[in-house]
Amino acid sequence: MTFLRGARRSAAALAATALVASIGVAACGGDGGTGDGTFTVGHPEPDHLVPGNTTSSYAFDVLSGLFENLVGLSKDGKPVNQAAESVTTEDQRVWTIKIRAGQKFHNGEPVTAGSFADAWSNAAYGPNAYEANDYFSQIKGYDELNPEDEKAKPATDRLSGLKVVDDTTLEVTLNEPFNQFPQLLTYPAFAPMPKAAFKDLKAYEDAPIGNGPYRIEGKWQRNGPVKLVPFSGYTGPRKPQNKGVTWKSYSSADTAYTDLRAGRIDVLQTIPAAKVPEAKRLMGERFLPRKTGTIDYLGFPLFDERFASADLRKAFSMAIDRQGINKAVYNGDYIVADSLLPPIIAGHRPGACGELCTYNPAEAKKLFDKAGGFKGTLELYFSNAQPTYYQWMQIVANSLKQNLGITDVQFRQVPAADYFALLGRREEKGPYRQNWEADYPSAQNYLQNMWGSVGNRMGWKSKEFDDLITKANSAGDEQEALKLYNQAEDVAIREMPQIPLWTWAGQGGRSAKVDNVTITPYATGLLVHEVTVK
Amino acid sequence: MWRYVLRRLLQAVPVFLGTTLLIYAMVFALPGDPIQALAGDKPVPESVQQTLRERYNLDDPLLIQYGKYMLGLLQGDLGENYTGQKVSEMLGGRWGVTVQLALTAWVFELLLGIALGVWAGLRRGRLADTLVLGGTTLMIAVPVFVLGYTAQILLGVHWQIFPTAGTDDGWPLSYLLPGMVLGSLGLSYVARLTRTSLAENLRADYVRTARAKGLTRARVVGRHTLRNSLIPVVTYLGVDFGALMGGAIVTEGIFNLPGIGQQVFQSIQLKEGPVVVGAVTVLVLIFLLVNLLVDLLYGVLDPRIRYE
Repeated sequence: MTFLRGARRSAAALAATALVASIGVAACGGDGGTGDGTFTVGHPEPDHLVPGNTTSSYAFDVLSGLFENLVGLSKDGKPVNQAAESVTTEDQRVWTIKIRAGQKFHNGEPVTAGSFADAWSNAAYGPNAYEANDYFSQIKGYDELNPEDEKAKPATDRLSGLKVVDDTTLEVTLNEPFNQFPQLLTYPAFAPMPKAAFKDLKAYEDAPIGNGPYRIEGKWQRNGPVKLVPFSGYTGPRKPQNKGVTWKSYSSADTAYTDLRAGRIDVLQTIPAAKVPEAKRLMGERFLPRKTGTIDYLGFPLFDERFASADLRKAFSMAIDRQGINKAVYNGDYIVADSLLPPIIAGHRPGACGELCTYNPAEAKKLFDKAGGFKGTLELYFSNAQPTYYQWMQIVANSLKQNLGITDVQFRQVPAADYFALLGRREEKGPYRQNWEADYPSAQNYLQNMWGSVGNRMGWKSKEFDDLITKANSAGDEQEALKLYNQAEDVAIREMPQIPLWTWAGQGGRSAKVDNVTITPYATGLLVHEVTVK
Repeated sequence: MWRYVLRRLLQAVPVFLGTTLLIYAMVFALPGDPIQALAGDKPVPESVQQTLRERYNLDDPLLIQYGKYMLGLLQGDLGENYTGQKVSEMLGGRWGVTVQLALTAWVFELLLGIALGVWAGLRRGRLADTLVLGGTTLMIAVPVFVLGYTAQILLGVHWQIFPTAGTDDGWPLSYLLPGMVLGSLGLSYVARLTRTSLAENLRADYVRTARAKGLTRARVVGRHTLRNSLIPVVTYLGVDFGALMGGAIVTEGIFNLPGIGQQVFQSIQLKEGPVVVGAVTVLVLIFLLVNLLVDLLYGVLDPRIRYE
């Protein structure tokens, strides 16, 4: 999620909210449409429209209409076949994918096993520097395309783990057994690309040719609207219920919201936090709240020995009044964390974190004293990407002062562009804000990425945790895998290298012109094909 | 006069070099890692980072980076941003929007500002004068974004007279409201400058002479007084045109106009040096050019002014 794109002017927004509220303008039902069966959605400008070269949710908005992956997600986050007829494996390592015959790209080219193999190799090839390069790292041969010695040019530009058996059969070999592979295939980077694309990738980006239910009309003009119309040759399960969609770019979320109220756009997936109470009041049933899978954490720098004691970290967790912060900062709309996984993820166990995530100042103080207290200045790190971060960090600081007696607390508000680079260099000297949004809905995506010994930000190492994840990844049975993921989760809770805080709530809205608007909590968000237009 | 023009153009070269180097250094000094900014919270593999750093010369020291940039610029190449888009293409489509917006605002402040100024200047101390002085003071005091959001909510959402945002309705409809908001500050200054300058000159000896000759009031005000009263106004209008082009950031944001201001704002946040420098370079050129034109206009307004 690159929240940097689509810059927001929050100070202006806050001042203007008061003004707008005092004017008390009535909402105007949106019916500016020409009655042609199409509708308009507002969102920030996408960065790229080539699958594999973007990790931005605003690009996914458009890509999910233009392209169809082998596997998609049902509304409850289960993998369902789309371009694939079947995805099977014996050992969780070698996967055989059968592709539904008779599928076509928008230019008439057939969709074959090679269309996927070409696109994935292209994205994984280091010198192309595609943004989603890392998502292909589990496929055999990735290391050869991204050599350790950065100066060396890779000897090959094909992933050796991809074998095109025939036009409708693709065999994928992974480095390690990984039973969540079908979930991974739902990520937009795994879309196929036609042969025509590789003749001129630059030109392709201006007018992407996909295999999805919609094709692009005209060219993609940067910062202009992207117009998608139904593709007549589409044979998949996502048949459009409307005559087209226009994605309109906004640089300010406030302006997009104003345009929704003026009826100039029909759907907005994210209403700015400061406008939510007003939107609830004005829009009634057209206000669209939804669950999300984005969870906030407070991480500890374990490489700093002052945070080496698990008891100290647990004391912090118990000293924070999650529900109070939720009410004060997020209108009570967020869901406070009771485990390391958000509720929309299979494997989420309510209360898994137990008393460690329950506000209990007295117990927190006891643990804190047992750990030997805290010496020196406590620095709290967060980025300036959202004004609410500063609000809740202040409450956290007050809780730590009152409940644990840490008097010397300082804030380190870091520019968003530098924040993750700073954490990457491990220059933080205290607890820091961290969040994670699932690439694909799987417990593994949260646990392995956030806590796995390779690459976790805290500097936490646990062989027990890593082994459980590896075992879970290779389990042949989904229930067995979830059991093992949960055991790994328990290890992380016991050690608490970072504490879960809350899961975000999504808040969107629609105009009166459209109906059947479903915004899923997954990477591709809005189900465009289902929307009906009055 | 041509010698003067040539000298001014030559003077522009060091100004141009100085400003671009300054801008480059400032963007360079901004905190943040542009490669990390591309990916937000997701990790960027080492091989990708390295490739991008080399492609965009990010490991070079400031002066080398700037030198490579200027070499490209001399060959007419503005470079690429860090996602591989050509800066000239990124900015190309946007200049139209900003120029249309700035011109709308500029014409608005020119016509209405001078009209209001003349109206108040001829009625010094009376109700009209007080109204103009009070109104313009208020306009100067209200921040642009307050004015912008209020105008948008009232005239766009509530009464639906103007489009709320975007360029869908083309010029002039889409640009009227943002143009008026953007031009409101300049309008106030133009009105006040015209008023004061005119009121001052109306008491001058040559005006009394003109009246005594029996010239009509329209001729006295129009030909004799207004013409040289406009010199400070023209100076202001010239400088302001450059300021309007660069200062459209807030207005373009509120009204979602995909112009230069919006691009510069986003690019600063993403630390995309080549884009910021490219946009500002052209702005500097426009600024220099407009100022030269203003200076040449003095001679037209007041024949006593000569150029060597």
